[in-house]
Amino acid sequence: MNNVETIDRSTGRGSSAGPMIRARDIGNFPKEHVWNGFVKGAGIFMIILPIAIGIFLFIKGCGTFTTYGHSITEFLFSADWNPADDSAGGGTVGAAVYIVGSLYTCGLALLIAVPFSLAAAIFMTEIAPVLGNRFLKPAVEIFVGIPSVVYGWIGLTILIPFLKAVFHLNQGFSVLAAGIVLAVMIFPSITTLSADAIRGVSMDCRKGAYGMGATRWQVIYQIVLPAAKPGVLTGIILGLARAFGEALAVAMVIGKTRAFPKSILSATSNLTSAIASDMGGAMEGGEYNTALWTMALLLFLISLLFIFIVHQIGKHGETENAAK
Amino acid sequence: MQQNNSSKHSSGDMRIGMALAADRVMTGVFYLVAGFFLVLLFAFAGYIIIKGFAGAKLYMFAFAKGGIGNQFFNTVYLVFLALLISVPIGILSGVYMAEYAKPGRVTHFLRIAIETLSSLPSIVVGLFGYLVFIVLTHAQWNLFSGALAVSILSLPLISTTTEDALRSLPESYKKGSLGMGATLRQTIVTVLLPAAAPRIITGVILAAGRGFGEAAALLYTAGMSTDINWTVWNIASPTCALNPFRPGETLSLAIWGARTEALSADSAEIANLSSAVLMIMVLTFSILAHTLEGRIKKKMGDTK
Repeated sequence: MNNVETIDRSTGRGSSAGPMIRARDIGNFPKEHVWNGFVKGAGIFMIILPIAIGIFLFIKGCGTFTTYGHSITEFLFSADWNPADDSAGGGTVGAAVYIVGSLYTCGLALLIAVPFSLAAAIFMTEIAPVLGNRFLKPAVEIFVGIPSVVYGWIGLTILIPFLKAVFHLNQGFSVLAAGIVLAVMIFPSITTLSADAIRGVSMDCRKGAYGMGATRWQVIYQIVLPAAKPGVLTGIILGLARAFGEALAVAMVIGKTRAFPKSILSATSNLTSAIASDMGGAMEGGEYNTALWTMALLLFLISLLFIFIVHQIGKHGETENAAK
Repeated sequence: MQQNNSSKHSSGDMRIGMALAADRVMTGVFYLVAGFFLVLLFAFAGYIIIKGFAGAKLYMFAFAKGGIGNQFFNTVYLVFLALLISVPIGILSGVYMAEYAKPGRVTHFLRIAIETLSSLPSIVVGLFGYLVFIVLTHAQWNLFSGALAVSILSLPLISTTTEDALRSLPESYKKGSLGMGATLRQTIVTVLLPAAAPRIITGVILAAGRGFGEAAALLYTAGMSTDINWTVWNIASPTCALNPFRPGETLSLAIWGARTEALSADSAEIANLSSAVLMIMVLTFSILAHTLEGRIKKKMGDTK
């Protein structure tokens, strides 16, 4: 298809030696072609894959609005969730409870995780770099990999009974439990990314501030943290993205009660746990099934939004630095 | 906030005193938080492992119904299959990013695509896998589609580590090889990739560790049951261990399955043991990856 182009590229790389390589490696041409094909194919595949995922989700998810004729506002803002489990339709698909559940639990998780993550990041960069780098950093990085079901299982067997006993609840399943589990899960990623950002602040900033007689806390609070803000925000957004997409750990502790949470201690449900627990039972192509796909589409769009925000932060940081 | 402080304490001495006190308090807070987390993390890991094995009975280790041996095998086999798919594609796309892609719209787009992949919720990937590998092919739950779903999740990690590994090599490697008359392909295959191998392997190990614990992506692809007959070695048989087109419940799915406690009397103990085994697998792989990375950094003299 693009033989000519591949040859030019493979040889053109050797800059001025290009023509010589071309002459000597005539015997290698088939190999070069195949190699180039594979490398480019892999690159193209990486572009096509997320697009394909997006398209499939879009096609399936839009069924709620096209096939079953519901409005987007009904899906987003109505709390009336009673989709029919067949292809006749006629039910209601208000997913507001699930959306609010997701927002609520993730917001709570951030509220818990961010202060701790920032403190841990500052500790390992500013306060005790040797101690931090030798113990805390590896530990935090290793704990990024703990499977989410294990968090969920521990939440179910330890946290839930604990909350039940402390707050005298009928059942411990609650927004609080989900928030805590999520906070523990996203703490490592926020810490790692924030620490990287803080480490990236130039030494001159710190030296200048110390030279003026600032204490360490003043340097951290007034110089380092503001300078590291874009990186820290990126970390927080990526943590939030992880929390938003987390399914099974949350599903195990949130209680899966389809009602707006009255308080932090009441059970509710969220997008991911609804998909995880109901998809298996719903009839393929039915209204229920399609509504769950719409939720998945919503999750996909939200994760795109997070990436967009991260890019905006990056751009903003760059222009700010350039202005300095 | 800062202005508030300074206007409140107009006296210089008091301000300095306050600042020093605040500094001391905050230092204490940071030590406390760091210590708290270190203790929490170790307690967490220790608790899971000890509790898992303390409640275990011998029959739970069996490679049969009632034990978690088959789930353990499925976990390893599934991750192995997933890596078989994602490692070649991931490395090649990493090579493309590092050596072929020219700065421009397409490369920018590719970067965003990889970022998108890496931040996709695993349940969404699982649904995609369910639709494409199960519904559209009219298959039943099977290990292979689970492996495909996990490979989608590990692709971005392998791809970006390969790219980083290639970019961190000294420019002279490439120049020297090209100067000797090697083509770009020969340079990459015989010089650059071998030199970058330790880092790439680190990335693959990390990806494997993540794969072991994956559950949401497998829920609707690999299935929640497993039936292996260890005397059957005909790969086409639905009970043969090596047949990738049989349902294959993994350890993480077994834990998820135990949440309802309706299966059997010992489902909680099984889930505890599964958590412990999973934890050990994940910790081993992450520690391995970090040791490797530490060695590489030392070797390169920490110059970055």
